[in-house]
Amino acid sequence: MKTLVWVEHDGSAVKDATLAVVTAASKLGEVHLLVAGEGVDGVAKAAAQIAGVGKVHVADNAAFGHNLPENVAPLIADLMASHDAFLAPATTTGKNIAPRVAALLDVMQISEILSVEGEKSFTRPIYAGNAIATVESSDPKLVLTVRGTAFEKAASTGGSGTVEAVSAGGDAGLSSFVGAEIAKQDRPELTSAKIIVSGGRALGSSEKYEEVIVPFADKLGAALGASRAAVDAGYVPNDYQVGQTGKIVAPEVYFAIGISGAIQHLAGMKDSKTIVAINKDEDAPIFQVADFGLVADLFSAVPELTGKI
Amino acid sequence: MKILVPVKRVLDYNVKPRVKSDGTGVDLANVKMSMNPFDEIGVEEAIRLKEKGVATEIVAVSVGPAKAQETLRTALAMGADRAILVQTDDAVEPLAIAKILKAIADAEQPGLVILGKQAIDDDNNQTGQMLAALTGWAQGTFASAVNVEGDSVNVTREVDGGLETVKLKLPAIVTTDLRLNEPRYASLPNIMKAKSKPLDAKTPADYGVDTTPRVKVVKVGEPAARSAGVKVADVDELVAKLKAIGVHS
Repeated sequence: MKTLVWVEHDGSAVKDATLAVVTAASKLGEVHLLVAGEGVDGVAKAAAQIAGVGKVHVADNAAFGHNLPENVAPLIADLMASHDAFLAPATTTGKNIAPRVAALLDVMQISEILSVEGEKSFTRPIYAGNAIATVESSDPKLVLTVRGTAFEKAASTGGSGTVEAVSAGGDAGLSSFVGAEIAKQDRPELTSAKIIVSGGRALGSSEKYEEVIVPFADKLGAALGASRAAVDAGYVPNDYQVGQTGKIVAPEVYFAIGISGAIQHLAGMKDSKTIVAINKDEDAPIFQVADFGLVADLFSAVPELTGKI
Repeated sequence: MKILVPVKRVLDYNVKPRVKSDGTGVDLANVKMSMNPFDEIGVEEAIRLKEKGVATEIVAVSVGPAKAQETLRTALAMGADRAILVQTDDAVEPLAIAKILKAIADAEQPGLVILGKQAIDDDNNQTGQMLAALTGWAQGTFASAVNVEGDSVNVTREVDGGLETVKLKLPAIVTTDLRLNEPRYASLPNIMKAKSKPLDAKTPADYGVDTTPRVKVVKVGEPAARSAGVKVADVDELVAKLKAIGVHS
């Protein structure tokens, strides 16, 4: 099988999410890459170094500069004439583009695969990870998005892919990029952070969140999260929410502080490698999934922890 | 401008999904079902656009079993004007849903279609993007702000690193993210009023769409269970445990 992998990049470097997708693709067959963007020579050269990579298709065109799916999807659909599977990371970019490609190819996409079980068979989470489905495609071609935390990252060096320019495609005239507000880099993103510190309703106010949770997260260089209850109570903005209707995270370490562990919250974080819970209610459901549980008043325990860690 | 809002009937987000012991799926018998939360945000956004004078009519659509009528009545009670139920007892995949919606869009000629970014049952996150491909329209996915200006719409999108704004030519497809709005509750008088709003019943065959699944669900199982860990006595013991796994400042 010949696969085509979408290379996620920031214009100068290949993003890590791509490396996990390369691993997934290599389980299916030959790995070809697509680097689309404007002025992406450097990215293409770096992509060719990824271990196990064959051809690197490079589509250098201003129309591909901001990953607009209206422009990029037809390009991918064209390239799929000579490939059997298209794989993209299950990032906001991959999720935006892949289904548009799938529909152009009249293929039913398989979203967020966790494992490759066979040539056309995969596992994927449903119900926010409360169940795992094993599915099998009957389509002639595959379109897949890949959950990055489920696959090892391919080595970013050691490969010797050949770079080939693609001239197809251009501006579909449907959409344009206006601007972006990318969060300041002094704190990791929730969905890619190694450590997450989340606070719940027990904090009681946004001031207490700032006073108790933020310094602890700062000390660990962690991302900040919250339960839906804390978001609904207005302690933090919506985009902090971890859970079924918020962000699904799987960091190395997840701190649940003053979070009781409602189903909908657990669904968003239970794939974390290590879960640490601090709650004064020893019967809180969060302790049933926590690797380390501390029954204590968070207002004294967390500052103490911040001081001692 | 007319707005089309597809809505899906799903297991209520507060109910813990239980995997059936025969491995065929999640048990949906006698459990609370509700409108997919992201679709609720879509209905709310359409109503706000109507309240602003941007939209003139809101048409809610659902593809699903007869009971999806309740979900459509909820949309009508919130403020949609009429509804279309495309009735089928089969599990319909996003690609087939998108094909049905494409046929409805051809007939209704909406200026915007606002969908939830994903349904919280299958978590596919595909239908809106697929509909955009089939209609050949622009797409603004994971929206946290939607501003219609003349013959285009500016959509601010929730992307991994922050926010991004794109300008789309109308008609366009928008999929909602959590921050777009907070959906209203339907008032009792509006719930009563919704009962007399028009609801058309159709079938996938009416739109010439074959809903045979392309992807076979071989098995549905429980995720790997987490073993409950240990309780630590105090902060010092927790610090020691954390240091042992490499967590320190």
